[in-house]
Order: sequence, then structure tokens, then C-alpha cells
Amino acid sequence: MMKEVLSMDHVSFSYQSEEGVTEKAIDDISFAVQQGEWIAIVGHNGSGKSTLAKLMIGLLFPDEGEVNVFIQKLSEANLWAIRSRMGFVFQNPDNQFVGSTVQDDVAFALENNGVPFTDMVTRVHESLAQVNMSNFHDHEPHHLSGGQKQRVAIAGALALKPELLLMDEATSMLDPQGRDEVIRVVEELKTKTGLTVISITHDLEEALLADRIVVMNKGKLLTTGTPTQIFARGDELEAIGLDLPFAMKVSRLLRESGMELFGEHMTEEELVNGLWTSHFSK
Amino acid sequence: MDISLQQVGYSYGRNTPFEKRALQGVDGTIKTGSYTAIIGHTGSGKSTLLMHLNGLLKPSEGIVQIGDTQITAGTKAKELKAVRRHVGIVFQFPEHQLFEETVEKDIMFGPMNFGVSKEESRKRAHELIELLGLPPDTAQKSPFDLSGGQMRRVAIAGVLAFKPSVLVLDEPTAGLDPRGRKEIMELFSRLHAEENLTTVLVTHSMEDAARYADNIIVMHNGHSVMAGTPQNIFGDEETLASFGLGVPRSVKLQRVVEKMIGRPLPVLALTEEDLATALARAASEEGDANA
Ligand SMILES: Nc1ncnc2c1ncn2[C@@H]1O[C@H](COP(=O)(O)OP(=O)(O)O)[C@@H](O)[C@H]1O
Ligand SMILES: Nc1ncnc2c1ncn2[C@@H]1O[C@H](COP(=O)(O)OP(=O)(O)O)[C@@H](O)[C@H]1O
Ligand SMILES: [Mg+2]
Ligand SMILES: [Mg+2]
Repeated sequence: MMKEVLSMDHVSFSYQSEEGVTEKAIDDISFAVQQGEWIAIVGHNGSGKSTLAKLMIGLLFPDEGEVNVFIQKLSEANLWAIRSRMGFVFQNPDNQFVGSTVQDDVAFALENNGVPFTDMVTRVHESLAQVNMSNFHDHEPHHLSGGQKQRVAIAGALALKPELLLMDEATSMLDPQGRDEVIRVVEELKTKTGLTVISITHDLEEALLADRIVVMNKGKLLTTGTPTQIFARGDELEAIGLDLPFAMKVSRLLRESGMELFGEHMTEEELVNGLWTSHFSK
Repeated sequence: MDISLQQVGYSYGRNTPFEKRALQGVDGTIKTGSYTAIIGHTGSGKSTLLMHLNGLLKPSEGIVQIGDTQITAGTKAKELKAVRRHVGIVFQFPEHQLFEETVEKDIMFGPMNFGVSKEESRKRAHELIELLGLPPDTAQKSPFDLSGGQMRRVAIAGVLAFKPSVLVLDEPTAGLDPRGRKEIMELFSRLHAEENLTTVLVTHSMEDAARYADNIIVMHNGHSVMAGTPQNIFGDEETLASFGLGVPRSVKLQRVVEKMIGRPLPVLALTEEDLATALARAASEEGDANA
């Protein structure tokens, strides 16, 4: 049985400015996310991704349309109850730290959610271990490097054992290995606990791992579909400032150089297989 | 302006209970006109090292030599000002440091601070707006009305405005969308060539390090552990892996293909274009052999 975790129903939103209302940052967006899905949201800078994230956690409310989380319309009244079941990691972790040490910071949200003290200690240790920050319990969050801050912010979200994890460019400052580690941890939680993941990212290789991709363009939802469906429209993606997965780029270069290749190659494995059957297996 | 590091060490919060060692025994050379990439795990000391390159931090131990200036723990603040003029740093998320009412004023701030006349500073601001591919009417706009990628260009122009001969970049494309990343990296590559700059780039992208740099320094736990050309560094996958680092995607794929065809490709493919060329060649050789 599919169970809806979040849906946007004809949502529009504009920021107010001194000169009045500006262009719509979010323009008539609808989509639904089912339990256990991993959704990647991609789009150019300024396409409305972070605004969308803020609408999902009730930091902003739509001018038109509805945001439903856990099958309830998000409102001032149920905001805290709903948020207590979500974990979120913002784009800039600096604005997110409240504790004076790394472990206090992770513990703080747990305390707010009424997690008993004995449980709290275990969860703080576990979640910091998951992101490889066990050696930094007593460090001041503000004195960490950018990537370390992101790891702590992710640990804070995981410690809450959320049903829905929302990440806004949460791994943008991590080294490639660190990024892989975080993705692996989240994937494992998804398999084990049925966690639903919504991840805003510029990393196309990460988007390739998602169940479904939502493509944003200038405040509108351009399209949504499986990675295969989305990347089949490569030229369109390039036209709106996005990129293609690495294997696809190589595959295109090979074709441009006049090489014959059968099929589309989204992943490196597909490309290698394609090369083998077309050229090297004789 | 050659830069050399000799046994450089640095600790944050010295002589406090929170003392944290960030650099230890770091050696390295950055030759005039080179394009050096510094790579390493998160927290390995890259940003701390960069701040030594223009005297924002003084080494706790060792010597930082920038052109004729030697910087040690005892160097006076006054002597550092000259260095700052020659070495421009673009920090992570530089747009957070924009503050003036207009883009023009923001770019003029740096040179005027170094004693360049108002007129000359304004002229440079306009030249830079053009050089960085910003629309001409940007000059009179508020920097805060621009898009993320444009704001970053303005911040970069602010650093270029005092004509540094060394340009130091700390993850300059973090947070930009793919097109923005590519445009900014191509821009630095062009500036490097056209303005005869010495460029130092901290990056998490092995692909960017391989494509743009001619010299690579690897940092690990505050130590400099490898140095050499991209060919050398990325040819040594095993050592890199021991520092928690990988090779560019093109090299990874090259290795898979080599295994499949049972022989090595003649050169290390540092970019996807290199790889496509090598693959096309290998395939046509295979065809000839079977013909
Ligand atoms: N606090 C704000 N006030 C006014 N405009 C904003 C604010 N935050 C974002 N915007 C504008 O809304 C649009 C969408 O921004 P955002 O959601 O941050 O995009 P993304 O996360 O995809 O880069 C952009 O045009 C941006 O300039
Ligand atoms: N202001 C600071 N105070 C204390 N420790 C710091 C400070 N800035 C960085 N550090 C520590 O120094 C080490 C190196 O950090 P940094 O140079 O920022 O690494 P990188 O740029 O490679 O990610 C890290 O362990 C970090 O936690
Ligand atoms: Mg955003
Ligand atoms: Mg850094």
C-alpha cells in the first residue's frame, strides 16, 4: 500500500519586498511523495528549491494552494506536532547551530522533542558516529570547517529518528568521500526504517540514485519522473543550466567523435557494457 | 611571485584549553604562474593553509615565504599589509561579505582602501564588470538584487580590483548550479592565462583539480602529504585512497575499461574529453586488429 507522506497541491508563493510583491518564487506547484521514496529536487540557482523546502516545514505558508504533511494540511496549529516527525538540514548550517558544543547542539533538538535523557545520550553518540564526527563531541560548532558543520547538522537531523528527512544542499561542502558516506547512511536508514527522503541537490550523480527527480525551473515544476525518464531529456536539462551524469557526457562525446554505440548510457556500468558489446567483444 | 612553505605549523586558540592544531610541518612550493590545486578531506587544514598565503594568519611555527617577504610567528602586522596587496583571497561564499549599496562601490572599496584614487578605482570597477561577463547596468544595482552566481562574480571582482598577482580561491563554486560552476571555473582559467596570475584553488572536485591545475598539493590531518602534477597524483590511486581521497571520474572509468579490455590505455585520462579520445582510439585499434 502506498502511503502519502507529503503533497503540494497547486502551491504558489511570492516574497514581499519594500516595493510590494515580487515575482512568484513558487508558481502553481503540485506533486506528492510516498512513504519510503527518495526524491531529488534539482534546478538552477534561484529556481525556488529552498523556498519549496521552507514551505514544506512551515517556515513559509503558501499564498495559494495547500501543503499537506502526513496527510494533514500544514497550519500554525499543527506545525510543531508535524515538525517533530521531520528532520531537516538547511543550506547554510551556520544559521542552524544553537548549542555551544557539538553534542549539546545535537542534544538540543532531542530535548525539545521530549526524548528522555538516557535515550538522548545514546542517540547523540550514534548519530555523530554515523557521520564520522565522534571525535568532535566537545568542539564548538562555529569553529568547525564548512564540511564538518554540515556533518553535525546532518547528525542533528538523524538523531531525531524522523519519518521524513528534508535536506537542502546538505552535502555541498563535503569532499566526495564524505558525500558518499552520508548518502550511504541515509540509504541504509531508508531501507531499514522506511525513511522518506527529499534531497535538494546540484549533484547529478546523487540525483541518479533517487527514486524520482523533481526538476524546478524559474519557480515552476518543469517535470518529474524516474532518473531514466528525466535524463533522457538531456538537452532540455542543459538548456536550463543543469548538467548530465558523467557517463552520459562521455557517451555523447564518443558519439560526436563518430563512434557507434547502442542504447543510452546513464551510468558508468551501462557505458562500459555498451562499449564492450559494440567494440571490444569481437 | 614564488611562494614557499617551510615546516609551517598552526594552532587555533593557542595556550587556551581549546587549543586545536590545524597545521603541522607543512612544506610546499607554489611557483610564479602556476595553477595549484589543494585537495584534502574536510577538516584537513586547507582553509587554514590558504589564510597563511596572504598573512591573514601567521604561522605558529615555520616560515611562509611570499616573494621577498618572510612571514614567521614574529612578523609585525604592518609588514603583512604589502603582502595582502599582492595576494587576493576569494573566501568560501564570498557574497556574504558584500556590503555596499551598489556593485560599483563594492568593487571600488578594495582598491581605495589600498590608496588607489577614486577615479581609477571606478574605472577598474567598470572594466571588471565587463571582464566578468556581468551586464553593464549591474554597476548601479544593489549587490543584493543579483542572483547567487552574479553576486559571487561581484565578490570576485572586488578581489581582482586591487590587481593581485596571486589569486587564492577557497571552494569558489560551492553552492552554484552546474552551469554557474562551469562558467566560474572557465573564468578563472581565462584570468589565469590573460592576467598572468598565479592561481591557488582549494577544491573538493577532483575533476576540477585534474582539468585546471598543473600542480597539486594534498593535505591530510594538517600535514602536506603529496605534491606533484595531476598525472603523478591521480596516477597513484592507492596512496590517495589512504588519505580518504579518490581519483577523477574519468580515471575511475578508465580503470574499469582497462580491466575489461585487458590492457592499459596509453595516457591518464584527466578529463572526459581525454577519456573519450582514448576510448575512441582503443576501439579503432581493436577494429584494425580484428579486420
Ligand atoms: N528572503 C527572500 N526575500 C525575497 N526574495 C527571495 C528571498 N529568498 C529567495 N528569494 C527569491 O526567490 C527566488 C527563489 O529563491 P530560492 O528558493 O532560494 O531558490 P534556490 O534555492 O532554487 O536557489 C529567487 O528569485 C530569490 O531571489
Ligand atoms: N576558528 C577555529 N578555531 C578552532 N579550530 C578551528 C578553527 N577553524 C578551523 N578549525 C579546525 O582546524 C582544522 C582545519 O580546518 P580547516 O582549515 O577549516 O579545514 P578544511 O578547509 O580542510 O576543511 C579542523 O579540524 C577545524 O575543526
Ligand atoms: Mg537554495
Ligand atoms: Mg575549508
